[in-house]
Amino acid sequence: MAALTKRSKVVSNKKMSFWEKIYLPAILGGMWITLGHLFTRKTTVRYPEVTREFSEIYRGKHVLKRDDEGRERCTACGLCAVACPAEAITMIAAERKPGEENLYREEKYASTYEINMLRCIFCGLCEEACPKEAIFLTKEIVKAGYERDTFVYGKDVLLEPLDPLKRIDVSKRQTPEVLEFKKDKNQRHNVQ
Amino acid sequence: MFSNYIFYFLSALALYSAVMVLLSKKPIHSVLYLTLTFFAIGGHYILLNAQFLAIVHIIVYAGAIMVLFLFTVMLLNLNKDERSPKPIWVKAAAIIAGVMLGLVLIAVFRGYDLHLEQHPMESQIGLVKELGRVLYKDYMLPFEVSSILFLTAMVGAVLLGKKEQL
Amino acid sequence: MLIFKILLASAVLVMSLVVAMYSTLIERKMAGFFQDRFGPDRAGPWGLLQPLADGIKLFFKEEFMPNTADKLLYILGPSLTMLIACLTSAVIPWGPDIIIRGQAYSLQMADVNIGILYIFAIVSIGVYGIMIGGWASNNKYALLGAVRASSQMISYELAMSLSIITIVMMSGSLSMRDIVNQQQGFNWNIWYQPLGFIIFLICAFAETNRSPFDLPECETELVGGYHTEYSSMKLGFYLFSEYINMFISGAVMATLFLGGYHFPFIDKLGLSPNAFAFVSFLVLFAKITFFGFIFMWVRWTLPRFRYDQLMRLGWKALIPLAILNVLITGVVILLNQK
Repeated sequence: MAALTKRSKVVSNKKMSFWEKIYLPAILGGMWITLGHLFTRKTTVRYPEVTREFSEIYRGKHVLKRDDEGRERCTACGLCAVACPAEAITMIAAERKPGEENLYREEKYASTYEINMLRCIFCGLCEEACPKEAIFLTKEIVKAGYERDTFVYGKDVLLEPLDPLKRIDVSKRQTPEVLEFKKDKNQRHNVQ
Repeated sequence: MFSNYIFYFLSALALYSAVMVLLSKKPIHSVLYLTLTFFAIGGHYILLNAQFLAIVHIIVYAGAIMVLFLFTVMLLNLNKDERSPKPIWVKAAAIIAGVMLGLVLIAVFRGYDLHLEQHPMESQIGLVKELGRVLYKDYMLPFEVSSILFLTAMVGAVLLGKKEQL
Repeated sequence: MLIFKILLASAVLVMSLVVAMYSTLIERKMAGFFQDRFGPDRAGPWGLLQPLADGIKLFFKEEFMPNTADKLLYILGPSLTMLIACLTSAVIPWGPDIIIRGQAYSLQMADVNIGILYIFAIVSIGVYGIMIGGWASNNKYALLGAVRASSQMISYELAMSLSIITIVMMSGSLSMRDIVNQQQGFNWNIWYQPLGFIIFLICAFAETNRSPFDLPECETELVGGYHTEYSSMKLGFYLFSEYINMFISGAVMATLFLGGYHFPFIDKLGLSPNAFAFVSFLVLFAKITFFGFIFMWVRWTLPRFRYDQLMRLGWKALIPLAILNVLITGVVILLNQK
């Protein structure tokens, strides 16, 4: 029978030799290995003093982006909710009233947009599905809490702040391929 | 004398715990009281300047035999008092036997001239050097014979412990 | 003289308690380092206050006693374990004599002429605390742990005694002081009795219930073994006595096999008697620390034995080897005499 993996070993029940029987060489070998570990570099990150470095594309809390003029990009198409494998995203769509053009970019917007952070698995599929570049995952960590209700994040938490100084930079998340793809105006959803 | 008080204390302890061995309801308590008795007797040995005997007494009796007793009693789980009351003739026989043993003991000690050591702390017989000399010079043969006896007992135990029939 | 003895006894007691206290920290630190972690380092610099924090925690934990437990024996168990653990240090010579106002004081609490036997006696009654506690808890796991402890201790005591008999045969004395004084300089017993040393070391692991022989308390099978039902400082006593036992057995091994407080060339330094005694004590302490390190090193390397393996090792390997060792030593001594 062919081995299933390269690392599989055939177990044999052969008689042990004298040196194997007295175990001491094996024990000393094991102790040598542990002694080596005594002097290796420790993997612990001493948390409050040192924080672990995050990857540029760490997938943390979501943000609902605004465009350059501070209008919400989300058009409540529901593609993110469809893409979400954990079914964490729900939203209610509403029509833009006249006079709200400076608030919402499209005629349709999400009047409520909720992500259940207890369900979310931070896979980033919503980000991938979004045709309007409205939802992104950020480096921010979802904080622990005592109540389950507090983990349903609404627009008040998710929406990017208007203040230009507090805008969230997601340019690092967009790989060159994605940027290239988004420039392709032949794709219908890239047409502004 | 300070050592007198220790003697009385140890004797009282030994007698009390010996009585308690009989009176305790739980077998485990009996065993522990017996251990206490052995410790008290070990203390007596030390008072007689027989340190070697005292320590060996504790090692053998308290350290090995009583641990085995305790071990067995624990595993048997004799806590539940399921012993049916003994028939009357058993009780009668026990009383008669006990009284007769008592009579014999009294008779023996009455006839025995209690030779009191005046200075027990100066006796050297219990020290390991003297004891060894006595054992290996004066009582060489009985000593070796008893060791052969032990060896035979050990071989017998191994034989009994073997699973397969020989 | 009496005052000095009392002072010495208290000093040794305090020392073993402090060492045991810090052994818990060192144990956890070592566990961390062996597993590429740092171990506790939050309480104080390098976690030096951790034992204190642990102690305070244990004192303030809820004192729990099972309803069905045998009240008196339940309390007696840990107390006895602690008491017996502290007793052994009485016969260990901690250093050469010190001289105060022209009078020599021995750094050994009791130079009894049967020191080794005394240690055996203490070791053999050491199992009572565990057995009593395990039985009194009225818990199946505790009882199993207690039964395991007793049979393990009885089994390994034999090999232990047999391995020491060779030392007694060589030195011709049962007194610890004599045995130490015969190992002056580098004339240590380990060079003459390597096999005896290995047997004794293995038995010391078994007698202190340290991994890989920690079957009486093995947490994966028996919850906590004999101390399953214990909490608060009673549990602390059990855990603590293990470290005291470790310290004392390290001291015994250093005394019997590694020459106690002797070390080559320190008597050539030309120190005053008291400084010499101090340096000698430090040497002994270093040897004990070395054994403590080995105890921890082995614990974080070897997995626990199975019970039948433990018994087989004790009865079928160590005891015959120890008897063989006695035989060889006897023959060599006899040949040397001629």
